[in-house]
Amino acid sequence: MSYLLRDALIEPSGVAGMDNAQLACLVAQARNSRLLASLAARLAEAGVLSQLPGAAQRHFDGATLVHEKQRRDLAYDADLVRKALATRGIPLLLLKGGAYIAAELPVSHGRLITDIDILVPKSDLPAAEAALNTQGWASPPISAYDASYYRRWSHEIPALHNARRDTTLDVHHNILPPTAGPTIDAGLLLRDRREVSPGIYTLSYRDMVIHSATHLFQEGEFHHGLRDVWDLDRMLRDFPARDPSFWDGLVERAALLQLETPLYHGLNYAQQVFKTPVPAEVMAEAQSPLRKLRKPLMDFLYLRAFRPDHPETRLPLTDTALYLLYVRSHYLRMPLHLLLPHLARKAWMRRMDQRDGTTQ
Amino acid sequence: MTRLRDLPACEWQQRLSQDGLALRVGPYVYRIRSNVPVVREGIGAMYGDFPVAQVDDYIDFDIALSTRGLRQRLRDEAEFICDGVTPFERIPLGQAYAFLEWGMNWCVALHTNEYLKLHAAVVARDNRAVVMPGVPGAGKSTLCAALALREWRVLSDEHAMIPPGSRATVPVYRPVSLKNESIAKIRAFAPEAVFGPQSKETHKGVVAHLKADGAPDSHDTAPLPVGALVFPSYQPGSPQRLAPRRRTESFMLAAYHSFNYSLLGEVGFDAMRTLVAGANCYDLQYHDLDWAVDAMHQLADGGMRE
Repeated sequence: MSYLLRDALIEPSGVAGMDNAQLACLVAQARNSRLLASLAARLAEAGVLSQLPGAAQRHFDGATLVHEKQRRDLAYDADLVRKALATRGIPLLLLKGGAYIAAELPVSHGRLITDIDILVPKSDLPAAEAALNTQGWASPPISAYDASYYRRWSHEIPALHNARRDTTLDVHHNILPPTAGPTIDAGLLLRDRREVSPGIYTLSYRDMVIHSATHLFQEGEFHHGLRDVWDLDRMLRDFPARDPSFWDGLVERAALLQLETPLYHGLNYAQQVFKTPVPAEVMAEAQSPLRKLRKPLMDFLYLRAFRPDHPETRLPLTDTALYLLYVRSHYLRMPLHLLLPHLARKAWMRRMDQRDGTTQ
Repeated sequence: MTRLRDLPACEWQQRLSQDGLALRVGPYVYRIRSNVPVVREGIGAMYGDFPVAQVDDYIDFDIALSTRGLRQRLRDEAEFICDGVTPFERIPLGQAYAFLEWGMNWCVALHTNEYLKLHAAVVARDNRAVVMPGVPGAGKSTLCAALALREWRVLSDEHAMIPPGSRATVPVYRPVSLKNESIAKIRAFAPEAVFGPQSKETHKGVVAHLKADGAPDSHDTAPLPVGALVFPSYQPGSPQRLAPRRRTESFMLAAYHSFNYSLLGEVGFDAMRTLVAGANCYDLQYHDLDWAVDAMHQLADGGMRE
């Protein structure tokens, strides 16, 4: 049965001929990859969903309802956030899933989200936080060490939670922590933003792709790995039609942001996993001799990480690959002279908590 | 239709420990795997009357409650697995059976949205259902157990499943979960009651399950019309009463007890309105089970909406 999910996403028509055992396996793979509603949308668009047996259809429909609920909530919450920020003259710029949905791009079809991610200029952070506090978004109490860690070393502030709405807002001032290798000029991202509805902005098409790839390859955990590759596939198929010069400036833009490496990986894995069409000259432009040399190792690790967490699809050595990627994500985010004291401190605090019996 | 008890013990036990034992639970099929003796014992005691699914049926929930690896074996632990992943921490073997039951509820609570779902016990008499929403501890399972032992049919002790737009509820019977003092109360109420394995020191204290599918139609899948909504509360030392309550308030309270009312949006609102408009609503405050069962009998004899 193996990798049903990938085949179904690439070519939905094949799902119509599946038996119940295959369908149940497909649903499980999609659910575990956070892609069940996306797959439902893909099947519905291909006219396949309505042909499936009711017992399977209801699982797709259930996931679609979750997606629709999130879309409704996002519209409401984004408006609250927009109004709150507007009191301080700060525009609302949505990132990732929230941005896809707000911009009504095809990548948002069935896209599930957990938090709302936004980007504000670093100089506006205190004002943004104060404005959001008045609308009920507040950060739960955290230890003094964690708070200072966020302020000094992170590209976001501690997540803000709205108890009444039960939604979480991640406020970023950059798309990578200041401790990660590349130093990104967030001003470039903000300058090229695109207004998708009055007062609501997203990154430009190119920056959305670069950000999605960056996010994926800096992450240490891969519950959403395949989902993020699917995002890239959807965007890379859609954006060239919206902007005929999309491909021309893509690698150049990534170079300007010092994010060529993640962009290269993003293009490479979208192509390998979902057969995303990427012009050969763009691939060639994005690839460097070093990236070429590393490709076999990276393929070994990432092609494991991007498989659904399901017995039928797990490859041998998946745990090892996930562990190595987890370790990699840490050193990508922080140089060792910062990382080691931080990890030691966290381990010590955990130990003290356990001894005090204060862990949850 | 083959029931679990129609299979030789060696056969279903082999399925359970190997490829999985597929059982029909209301509108769903669970495939269960386990290598834990107390789970096997519990399934034998509680699931004998459940229909066995056909080979080519769609498996809604592929679950396992198993000990995996040397570490778990040495520590007497097991884990709950759903579709190949482990969403929860490992648990001590002594809690395995309660955790299986809890995990089966979790599957429905998390992964299904084709019905408006209320956290409620559902019972029926003369093919008319009473939905009893309540927070844990409100006494809905205890009352549900007592009614099962007085010839009521139990449709669920956890989930009322309402097809949107209907005034009906879909049966999804499973053993009734009883906690702490309720266990002794039900044993005293009906000494012949059949219980599954007792799990101690769970996050809910002592938990045991009652076999409550004595009614011949317990595993029928046809929806039943809902005649009444009863909001039980177990209150020792207070006067006992079964009193009508206003529909508007009942609507709000039932929505509060729903798992997916807000998720369903307008569909959820319409479904709840249809349900509440078609049912009589009551508060049931009780501490004596015999009194409560009598009150429910009276309700069945004339207090339900036609």
